[in-house]
Amino acid sequence: MTAAEKGFLLLSIVKMIVIFTITMVGVALLTLMERKVSAWMQNRHGPNRVGWAGILQPAADGIKNIIKEETLPAEANLGIFMLAPALAFIPALLLGAVIPWAAPLRVNWDAHLPLIGAVSYHGLLSMAMTDLPVGFLFVLAISSLGVYGIALAGWSSNNKYSLLGGLRSSAQMISYEVAMGMSLIPVLLLTGNVTFQQIIQEQQHGLWFVLPLFLSFFLFLVAGFAETNRLPFDLPEAESELIAGYHTEYSAMKFSMFPIAEYTNMATVSAMVVTLFFGGWDIPFITWDQHGSGLATLATALFMFLKVLFFLFFFMWIRWTLPRFRYDQLMALGWKVMLPLALGYIMVTCLAIWGIEHLAGVTGLRIKMLILFGINLVLGYLVFFLLDRGHIMSGSYRASSNLDAGARRARAAA
Amino acid sequence: MAIGVKVLRRPERQVSYVRAALKGMALTFKHMLQPKVTMQYPEEKSTGDARGQYTISPRWRGTHRMLSDEQGRTKCVACGLCPQICPANCIKLVPGEDEAGNRYPLIYEIDEFRCVFCGYCQEVCPEEAIHVGVHFENSEYSRDRFVYDLERLSSQVHPVSTLWDPSDPKGE
Repeated sequence: MTAAEKGFLLLSIVKMIVIFTITMVGVALLTLMERKVSAWMQNRHGPNRVGWAGILQPAADGIKNIIKEETLPAEANLGIFMLAPALAFIPALLLGAVIPWAAPLRVNWDAHLPLIGAVSYHGLLSMAMTDLPVGFLFVLAISSLGVYGIALAGWSSNNKYSLLGGLRSSAQMISYEVAMGMSLIPVLLLTGNVTFQQIIQEQQHGLWFVLPLFLSFFLFLVAGFAETNRLPFDLPEAESELIAGYHTEYSAMKFSMFPIAEYTNMATVSAMVVTLFFGGWDIPFITWDQHGSGLATLATALFMFLKVLFFLFFFMWIRWTLPRFRYDQLMALGWKVMLPLALGYIMVTCLAIWGIEHLAGVTGLRIKMLILFGINLVLGYLVFFLLDRGHIMSGSYRASSNLDAGARRARAAA
Repeated sequence: MAIGVKVLRRPERQVSYVRAALKGMALTFKHMLQPKVTMQYPEEKSTGDARGQYTISPRWRGTHRMLSDEQGRTKCVACGLCPQICPANCIKLVPGEDEAGNRYPLIYEIDEFRCVFCGYCQEVCPEEAIHVGVHFENSEYSRDRFVYDLERLSSQVHPVSTLWDPSDPKGE
């Protein structure tokens, strides 16, 4: 192996260890954050006994989960039952590999290490674990693998509640996968590329995509909630109906795998939203962060962290605000609202970009995006003020109008 | 049609889900900034007097107290009314008599596990000796520690229950 290859491998391993550690520690702390946020929203303090302000609570939970008894249902399909937590957990962790967490660092590194020999690395070091040319397609592909873990967990438990949870989860994730993929096509149209680096660059030179592609952002966010099985889409768990859904029969560390996978998925979806629509690691209004200094890498990493943290908070905020959907509402939203909306939005964006470039002859990236932003304002008004009158989520007034008719008949008869 | 159907009033106009959700989110965020209401139990405790933030009712009926007179003798004259009225049969009383003819309890034990904390013993006591107390922290490491003897009943210092609201003695 040449020195350059060794250097590349070594740095990749270092990146892997760093990202894996940060993800695992971060996920542990996310469970604490979830409990704290829920407590604050209910005028409570939340966990504050273990360590300062409860900071060691995740460690206590972890120790408890490791030393607890593992119960195995007698009638379960044990092989799949043991495999399912891993199947839920691995895709969730894989996703962190492709997200660029900071600005690339310019490295000039020559060294002679014991055992390894001469290593060197010259050029920009990407702050994603790996810079895949397929970009977000990889994320879409791997995130839909997560459904296997949940569906198999539900099926192998041999328990009717688990089975229903698994079935619901597979139906839900497959339905929303479609809308999720469709909602990202406008990003592709605007960038012309699927790699994260290219998408971030485009947003640095133009505008953050949340402005010119607002509807896309909205659809992606909603689909992201559904993909991670978070409230209001947590029908696979649905405590009130299914006990705990697909992980009813799990205990100890195998149970822990599912929450870990859920929180990791949340972090990934947040990072995806940030990367695709909020400029990734970009710090707005300045350009020095793009030139690859160590300071820029640190500052952008911090900025990325803050943005992701906001969306993680947003996930929790939604969870402790909205009630769970009915199952028919969920399916109707996925197939009858999200998918047509995403398809229509692709058409509109196509036409708009074509019109701006060929009819109006605008070439400036920022002006193009500003015009798209204007179009999105109109579309946003149409969607949220005209379309969303009982169509996005039909409330109970439909059922009550039937009841009204029944009551009227009753009154007439009496 | 015998059964009436109760119809809840629903919004007549078709409401917007997204805008309603945003309204809900504003509400939960407002709650995040509000003061917390949880009592931090081992540090903060409910007290019998009304000075603290958290108060127990003065009518609370908790573990018993035996009161003493000015000379430090127990007020109890071993009349036997409290074991008589006790519905849970948890009071054990063996009366004694000294040379001057004063009756006093030789043994006075209350099994706090059996007690139903009805407060009849306090109500029936002619000497105002036995009382139920405004007190709720009773944990012990062994079961026999829950049979309170006379010494223990006399040494407790928590406030005693008023059994009724002094401003409204007839419960009106």
